[in-house]
Amino acid sequence: MKPCLLERTTVLFAWAAGLLLTAAVAVLFGYLFMHGLEVLNLPLIFGKTPPWRALLLQERVFEGLFPALAGTFMLVLLAICWAIPVGLATGVYLSEYAGPRVRRVLDALFDVLAGVPSIVVGLFGFALAVFLHRHFSERIGPCLLISSLALSILVLPYIIRTTQASLEGLPREIRLTAIALGATKLQNIILVLLPKSLAGVMSGIILAIGRCAEDTAVIMLTGVVASAGLPKSLLSQYEALPFYIFYISSQYTSPEELQQGYGAAIILLLLCALLLLAAYGIRKGLTHLVFYRP
Amino acid sequence: MKKLHELVAERLLCLSALASSAITLAILAFLVVMGLPLMRAGGVLPLVYSPWAPFQGSFGIFPMIVGTCAISLASLVLAFPLSLGCSFLIAAVAPSAVSRGFRRLIELMTGIPTVVYGFVGIFLLVPIVRELFRSGSGMSLLTAALVLGIMITPTMTLFFCDSFDRIPKSYLDAAEALGASRTQQLLHVMLPLAKKGMLTGVLLALGRAVGDTLIALMLAGNAVQVPTSVLEPARTLTAHIALVMAADYESPEFRSIFTCGIVLYLFTLTVTFVVRAMGSAKDEAA
Repeated sequence: MKPCLLERTTVLFAWAAGLLLTAAVAVLFGYLFMHGLEVLNLPLIFGKTPPWRALLLQERVFEGLFPALAGTFMLVLLAICWAIPVGLATGVYLSEYAGPRVRRVLDALFDVLAGVPSIVVGLFGFALAVFLHRHFSERIGPCLLISSLALSILVLPYIIRTTQASLEGLPREIRLTAIALGATKLQNIILVLLPKSLAGVMSGIILAIGRCAEDTAVIMLTGVVASAGLPKSLLSQYEALPFYIFYISSQYTSPEELQQGYGAAIILLLLCALLLLAAYGIRKGLTHLVFYRP
Repeated sequence: MKKLHELVAERLLCLSALASSAITLAILAFLVVMGLPLMRAGGVLPLVYSPWAPFQGSFGIFPMIVGTCAISLASLVLAFPLSLGCSFLIAAVAPSAVSRGFRRLIELMTGIPTVVYGFVGIFLLVPIVRELFRSGSGMSLLTAALVLGIMITPTMTLFFCDSFDRIPKSYLDAAEALGASRTQQLLHVMLPLAKKGMLTGVLLALGRAVGDTLIALMLAGNAVQVPTSVLEPARTLTAHIALVMAADYESPEFRSIFTCGIVLYLFTLTVTFVVRAMGSAKDEAA
């Protein structure tokens, strides 16, 4: 039997949509690599400074991405350090301790938090900096510390959700075995349940790292600047890769600077793609679920 | 009897859960406190519908609200058919190897940084739009909506695929036993059953579109005006916050961005609760 018109149209439509999206990705990657591939080398990162002297912090890098890369690295490291303990603890609490009513309320709050636009989180970070400046110390302004705190708020739902989901996904036999052997609830969680759900937890953390590295809106409001060199302390301003890309796109003064922008975009793109693939390799299909658990 | 350290651990976990959920409320509280002076001066409603004229002392964010709605709805109009097609391709149309590969590609796309989308948009799409329509700088509502549409398509497609996946296999087997082809199963069994899950996907994608800053900031032209055509520049709430941050602190202009923040927050709240309400209604029906 020949398929009717509606069915043939559907098939055609599906392939067309698929091709269109694939083409869009191909154009994005192709365009970036076409323009940026030739600058992808060590001078892109270190400028004229010898790489090992820059890495040992003996010499400041002026014409390279090194300060931006270092800033992003520090930012991600700090944000993840704040977010992991709180996120893990909250995930464990939600899945193992919370009663149904408490869980409903907290779930709703984290759903909201996961959906709050990053610029609003940035605004909160800024307001926090102003608050601390007024009431605690004059030295606190928008800085690395505030940015990393705000970013950790942004990625907290990722870690909570993946921890909670992978704990709740454990089969009953695994849950009950250690308890039946006389383990306490806490021993069971630490020695059995968490190790068993490590894959899910890790993938959540890697997704969170990717989100931290990628986000521009939060850091724009909380202390990133176009040129600061390496951050000297937690309370100093810093450079970051995504902000550098944004800055170059509107403020470039020479073709060479624009080329650096292409290079930076490729580096960020590859970094995020790698992180996502890693998270995906560890556990499949979690990438979009942070926004809502069906 | 529970041992002491068990109790301490439980309290600590509880504390961190309470602290992190309190952040959700703290964000709103900070926004309201910071935005309060301006709201007290002119009332809340005039802020929302009056025009933006800082020199006349009017800080209404109406143009930005319209800009946000226009750009995100336009991107949704572009992304919805695209996502529908892609999810059809993954769920039923393509052979399984192609479908798996394509799904990987889409999952990879969710990780592309928005600033990279914006960057490529500026240097690739903006000149094309400028040449094609011969109007203005090429930075327009349409340009931003096009890129934003591509940006939200992967999220929406994955949610669509999820709601197709949740359909019990027995339903599909029954249809197949009656002689339905894969496409017929898709159109007459999967699509009607997945409607609700798909609506969730659309809503969450809309949330992403409204919440995104960089694409609109880089591509929409940022003129403070109510756009009358898709080729005109527009400014979104998110871009407005980013742009005004450069202005000096304590000015009323500056205060208005907290009103924008509150509007965005309330929008998120609404989307989240609508999605949750739909989810629990589904649970009761099942």
